[in-house]
Amino acid sequence: MKAKIILKVATRSIMKSRMRSLLTALGIIIGVAAVVVMVAIGDGAQQKVEEQIAMLGSNLIIITPGASNSGGVNRGSGTFNRFTWEDVDKIKNEATLIKGVTHIVQSGGQVIGGVGNWFTRIQGVSPDYLEIRSWPLASGEFFTERDVMARSKVCILGSDVVKNLFPNDDPVGQQIRIRSVPFRVIGVLKSKGQSSVGTSNDDIILAPSRTVGDRLSGDHMRIGSIQVSAISNDRIPAVMAELKSILRESHKLTQGEDDDFTIQDQSDLSATATATSRILTILLASVAGVSLVVGGIGIMNIMLVSVTERTREIGIRLSVGARASDILVQFLTEAIVLSLSGGVIGVLLSFLIAYILNNYTSQSAYIKPQIIMIAFGFAGAIGIFFGFYPARKASALNPIDALRYE
Amino acid sequence: MENILIKTVDLTKTYNVGEIDVHALKSVNITINKGEFVAIMGASGSGKSTLMNLIGCLDMPTSGEYFLDGINTSKLAQNEYANIRNQKIGFVFQGFNLLPRTTALENVELPLMYDRLEKVKDHQKQATEALKKVGLADRMHHIPSQLSGGQQQRVALARALVNEPSLILADEPTGNLDSVTSVEVFHLFQKLNDEGITIVMVTHERDFAAFAKRILEMRDGRVIRDAKIKDRLNAEEELKKAIAEAEIAE
Ligand SMILES: Nc1ncnc2c1ncn2[C@@H]1O[C@H](COP(=O)(O)OP(=O)(O)O)[C@@H](O)[C@H]1O
Ligand SMILES: [Mg+2]
Repeated sequence: MKAKIILKVATRSIMKSRMRSLLTALGIIIGVAAVVVMVAIGDGAQQKVEEQIAMLGSNLIIITPGASNSGGVNRGSGTFNRFTWEDVDKIKNEATLIKGVTHIVQSGGQVIGGVGNWFTRIQGVSPDYLEIRSWPLASGEFFTERDVMARSKVCILGSDVVKNLFPNDDPVGQQIRIRSVPFRVIGVLKSKGQSSVGTSNDDIILAPSRTVGDRLSGDHMRIGSIQVSAISNDRIPAVMAELKSILRESHKLTQGEDDDFTIQDQSDLSATATATSRILTILLASVAGVSLVVGGIGIMNIMLVSVTERTREIGIRLSVGARASDILVQFLTEAIVLSLSGGVIGVLLSFLIAYILNNYTSQSAYIKPQIIMIAFGFAGAIGIFFGFYPARKASALNPIDALRYE
Repeated sequence: MENILIKTVDLTKTYNVGEIDVHALKSVNITINKGEFVAIMGASGSGKSTLMNLIGCLDMPTSGEYFLDGINTSKLAQNEYANIRNQKIGFVFQGFNLLPRTTALENVELPLMYDRLEKVKDHQKQATEALKKVGLADRMHHIPSQLSGGQQQRVALARALVNEPSLILADEPTGNLDSVTSVEVFHLFQKLNDEGITIVMVTHERDFAAFAKRILEMRDGRVIRDAKIKDRLNAEEELKKAIAEAEIAE
């Protein structure tokens, strides 16, 4: 039989029992939509992470304490598992290819001022911070190197803090108390929006690094990380090498000793983030894949019922000259057409769901073209796999038995 | 010799039902020439349908041989069996056996779809011709449930005719029809036989057997009588009579 006729017969019998066909395809529709949406959510999250990393600022290099391969030998109980002010000063004085360098001293606490109080994140940074992070001020001014050395009690507010403490007034020039220590507000940051993990970038207060280190963090002077900005993108490898030798010297590491710090640029960061979100994507997709297989079993079920129901039809076809192989091909084609149409509807459904997620929720979903191809391929494969057994059963019938079937 | 269409040699069919063997056909030897019109009669269970199914290549004999148009069918593969059903034989059943929810035209096109030689290019035209022959051109787009029993059987006959077979087999074709409608169907059979098509049919009623040219009587899986019909009835005349009677009754 010609392919055209086979397709015609298959679509005819699918259209003749619309309700049954829809129910059969439903499993595939839901399965395909689930797989595509799940993968799209994973990809959407990854895309957001990449955007966030790009937003960190251009040519950013981040240095964190501790060796990168923690699987190695743990030497000397972490003599240099934190950085010192001297590390940063040495970088500032000796590195040649950098635009700026800043400490990041992490702290946090209750802030009182303006109309009430607010719990927020406090970061001790250097004056270079704004340039390194390409983060402009909305008003006021930033502190200087002298403020850092003098441990001045001045601070810059993120826009969320302003919203909560000074909804009506201009905060610049006002006094606030951070963990009971009085600070003077000298500037306000421009709004930057959400971070990849869903928290706000703007819920932050910046203060001179040594002020935070000495007056807020108390005796554990925690320099969480050092951030450096290279003069240009293509100099990043050179800067990283330079930083490595400066810090090795500063930490008095002898030849053969491992680094006790990790230097990463943006591509390293996004590789880490990508790996994390890929695991998430695989996890989500495999859960959804299970539902696709269940959909396939649904097709097999209904096809089996359909073979029984249509035994007479099979007998009639055989009696007018159909071969067993014609019957096999017919039922197999029906299963494949059903599962592929289920795939088409499922993909359309996933576009609708992605649209709703992107426009009405904070979740973002991004449907990659190759995912659609994979979903189709999978739907077709399921049609063949689960359609084969019922089709074989149908084609094995003897014409007389099939005709006599009541 | 080349005039012989059907020849069976010790054709035997035994069904196994659990422990018991049912001997449906016991060494049947018959010869039917081209152009014949044969009626098979006999009590229920005498093996008529079994014989028809074997002649129609719908089933295989337990033993014995069956020659159709000179071909020894017992030596054929399954696919060639299917080809013979498609090319040489048109089958009409008591229960019509039309595809439900499928138009008369599509039902009649069915055998053309399975014609591997693709003798016919325009399926629709060929099917329409066959429907015209049975007088149903105006009902081609009706589905079986919209047709009367007689009309459904005529669609089935059109389907049997569409591949231009040399043999038409009809197993109690009028078993589900009233007598006037039955005579209409026999009228069609006689017309087709006059055109040269060989017809073998099973019927319960002696009156209907008289439309054929020859009668085979079966009992317990054997042919017990084989005779020419002397006072053959003309279905066209019988039909006129029946219609006239019906008018008087009104
Ligand atoms: N598929 C079958 N399985 C078992 N026995 C059968 C089968 N078909 C027919 N028979 C038996 O074979 C005998 C002949 O049946 P059949 O040819 O249908 O008779 P008829 O058509 O003359 O009424 C009957 O006894 C019937 O019960
Ligand atoms: Mg019978």
